[in-house]
Amino acid sequence: MSDRSNSKPETGAFFARDRAWHPPAFAPGYKTSVLRSPQRALLSLDGTVSEITGPVFGHSILSELDNDLIHNFAKPGESAIGERIIVHGRVLDERGRPVPGVLLEFWQANAGGRYRHKKETYLAAIDPNFGGCGRAITDDEGRYAFRTIRPGAYPWPNGVNDWRPAHIHFSVFGHGFAQRLITQMYFEGDPMIWKCPIVGTIPDKQAIEQLIAPLDWGNTIPMDARAYKFDIVLRGRRSTLFENRLEGN
Amino acid sequence: MVQELGYLKETPSQTAGPYVHIGLTPNHSEIGGVYETDLGSVMVNDKTLGERITVSGRIFDGAGGLVKDAVLEIWQADSAGLYNSPSELRGSADPNFTGWGRCPTNSTDGTFRFETIKPGRVPFKDGRKMAPHITIWIVARGINIGLHTRLYFPEETAANAEDPLLQRIEHRDRVATLIASKEGSIYTFDVHLQGDKETVFFDI
Repeated sequence: MSDRSNSKPETGAFFARDRAWHPPAFAPGYKTSVLRSPQRALLSLDGTVSEITGPVFGHSILSELDNDLIHNFAKPGESAIGERIIVHGRVLDERGRPVPGVLLEFWQANAGGRYRHKKETYLAAIDPNFGGCGRAITDDEGRYAFRTIRPGAYPWPNGVNDWRPAHIHFSVFGHGFAQRLITQMYFEGDPMIWKCPIVGTIPDKQAIEQLIAPLDWGNTIPMDARAYKFDIVLRGRRSTLFENRLEGN
Repeated sequence: MVQELGYLKETPSQTAGPYVHIGLTPNHSEIGGVYETDLGSVMVNDKTLGERITVSGRIFDGAGGLVKDAVLEIWQADSAGLYNSPSELRGSADPNFTGWGRCPTNSTDGTFRFETIKPGRVPFKDGRKMAPHITIWIVARGINIGLHTRLYFPEETAANAEDPLLQRIEHRDRVATLIASKEGSIYTFDVHLQGDKETVFFDI
């Protein structure tokens, strides 16, 4: 699967997750979580080989337009409507080391806040040239980038008048299944971030700020697209100093 | 002052939301032409070694309602107990088996279904063998951080009895929530997110 030959695979167990930093399962301001949250405590497990291993996807799964949402669903010669942006960043682990060769998947609404999904009934129009999904694999330095249009805010049936801030969903693989993560990226300066019950499931303001991508003027391309930077941190793993072979062999 | 440890904080999780299928299974959600196939929809081919099985089930919320908008991913060893991962140092896994699958719950009847093989046994950290199992990860609207659980096999009575993880479940009546039921080659594994029949979930 992975074709990198100059890096030794890491096999240490992952750092314990700080579940006070993540949102709790039960967060009643986000109504659907009320019946979808376990009530019993989680059973703790220091990762076994079943969790410290995970699928790794080669670049061969990617097509040329997979990281270009402006064009990957558009008719030839056409493009999606909206504010053209580039989203880029690095995937690092908690030790600050780049995580190369990991798959990221993105999905989002169009410029008007409308998702291309049969369960979605919002009256904002579908963009015939916008699908809303993309993916990329990080390079040797953990970098990824994609082009898209900035998604619009959209209303949802939670409170009487709740609206999601503009956001892009991210799914991230690491090198171990225990690193699996899904999150959402928000945009610098959006006043709706601080009104959102889903953002509000995260108890710590600093943790929320970790999900807000700053405008990256340096990487903005004149007369083309503005850039936003979004770095992602996955769980670190223990150093292999005293753990350089799997136990149980 | 002491030196700083210098660790970064993990990016916090957020719900996958109701439209997770756009990103993870676009062909399934009628967004055709972007990817050739949905990742994880096929785990085996004609040459895959091992006993072919089907894993199917449903997810229920705390009121007994069906969760019809979830996505499940499974991760498992091959028939010899090896993972198809660069982090697997014990040997080379079956190249005809991905070990990883992804399936949404059906928007009408709430079922999920994986065509896979029965995994071999893999070691726990202290060298004892774990019973054959499949690791499952569940995301959905209303789930703020993905839920990890495991499927075990009902015919593996002896292996299950000595499984180091199952042994750690304090309330013994809950062990049954991790054991699928079997009919022919079809294993049924229902997940209960909350309540009396609540499935055991792990912090791994």
